Amino acid sequence: MAMIELTDVSKNLGGKQVLDHMNLNVDEGETKVIIGRSGVGKSVTLKHIVRLLEPDSGSVRVEGKDVLALRGKALSDLHREIGLVFQGGALFDSLTVGENVGFVLSEHMGAGQAEIDKRVKESLALVGLYKIENYMPSDLSGGMRKRVALARAICTRPKIILYDEPTTGVDPITADAINLLIDELHDKLKVTSIVVTHDMRSAYKVADRIAMLYEGKIIAEGTPDEIRYSHNPYVHQFITGAAQGPITDGQSSILKGIE
Amino acid sequence: MFLLNPNFYGVIGRKVLDFVWLFGGVSKLGFQTAVLTPTRPWGAARIFEQAKKIGVDSMPIVSLVSFFIGVILALQTAYIMEKMSSEIYIASIVAVSLTRELGPVITALIVAGRCGAGITAELGTMTVTEQVDALATLGSNPIKYLVVPRVLSLTIMLPILTLFADAIGIFGGYLIGIYRLSIRSSLYMNMTFQTLVYKDLLTGLVKTIFFGMLIALIACYEGLNVRGGAEGVGKATTRSVVNTFIMIIAADCFFTALFYFFLE
Repeated sequence: MAMIELTDVSKNLGGKQVLDHMNLNVDEGETKVIIGRSGVGKSVTLKHIVRLLEPDSGSVRVEGKDVLALRGKALSDLHREIGLVFQGGALFDSLTVGENVGFVLSEHMGAGQAEIDKRVKESLALVGLYKIENYMPSDLSGGMRKRVALARAICTRPKIILYDEPTTGVDPITADAINLLIDELHDKLKVTSIVVTHDMRSAYKVADRIAMLYEGKIIAEGTPDEIRYSHNPYVHQFITGAAQGPITDGQSSILKGIE
Repeated sequence: MFLLNPNFYGVIGRKVLDFVWLFGGVSKLGFQTAVLTPTRPWGAARIFEQAKKIGVDSMPIVSLVSFFIGVILALQTAYIMEKMSSEIYIASIVAVSLTRELGPVITALIVAGRCGAGITAELGTMTVTEQVDALATLGSNPIKYLVVPRVLSLTIMLPILTLFADAIGIFGGYLIGIYRLSIRSSLYMNMTFQTLVYKDLLTGLVKTIFFGMLIALIACYEGLNVRGGAEGVGKATTRSVVNTFIMIIAADCFFTALFYFFLE
């Protein structure tokens, strides 16, 4: 059963057609990786799923429910079922790590302090962090901030986790640790996940299926091996990281500048 | 000549459109805030935290400036009154000017510069670092969580700050009156309180309720609509302060005219 369905979704932002009749299905329990160049609309796709953005046309369904029709409590319930891990962590600067992770429990679920402390500790342990509840986000490194953001996203035990560029801006060892974490959480919590990235090492490592977004549409989709050995010239240029090819044809490239 | 330059009219048109856009955006935010204010969770801790930041922490600067304003007002009035041997009326002029006009406006301008700019910078940074989006995905309405406490705190604290400013300004004028102009202390106090009527105090305070809402709503609107990283936050903060100053003076003009025609 498709857990997340985006059908014919179009979105124009500031005069640019970011999504153009895009279709995407993610099955229950699947980890789907969306790859594509920066600015191609990967994060915009995630924002449609949690209704931070609304499409100009098309429909977005999560667990069969039309996201655009949800209001008030129904929308809050949906948010509780989806954990979104933002690219920069988006931790609240004015709150401690513990308050960040237990935010939903204290604000919306009326949990007691003992219950909150227990769940915060558990969530932090799941991402491999211990005894940092009283730190402020500004005291943490980039990799730790991402892990705390992940702990915050899983604190309410969501059915879906959306990761926006989880390995961007961290060193290769931390990036690999985050990839392992995504895999582990998938196995332990049995969640459905979408990972948006342009880091192919990460994509091959965590994906059940990979979809490539280009000019507002999914132009190719398959298992990691199918994508790795794809004959699609656009996919091939992207995964090999070649500066010249069909994606950059007709664009002013760095190489042309050098010539 | 600049009047024949089409760009001149383009710039004016752009400014007018910007203002209409701001007015529409702030009105919409004001409506959403009014709808969300009486809903749960109340967020009392956040309101108290903001009230402390806005009210208590602004006391030193408001006190200092209003003291100087009282002193200046007394000295400038003395310049004319001494020529007419009517120094005794300085007490009345200082009291009425401060409570009706200078106290509310100066306090509002100080708070707009100090707290309004801070609110825009804070919310703007939260917007560009996706913290506002994160709030929404964690099931909290950003307007309820961020805007409502700030609007409530400013609306409550600005009249209280203004009362302090009025009292301290009058004290500044009193010091000049008794030490520089040798007016008896009891006479100065009598002249102050005989002239002042409740209406003077109330019209001044009613204005500050609206000034408080204006400062908070414009600051929050600019903060939540920041685009373009650190540079965007800087520009929004400047725009917030400039727009708030203009709107405070315009609203003051409106209320003064309203009270003059309908309450005098």
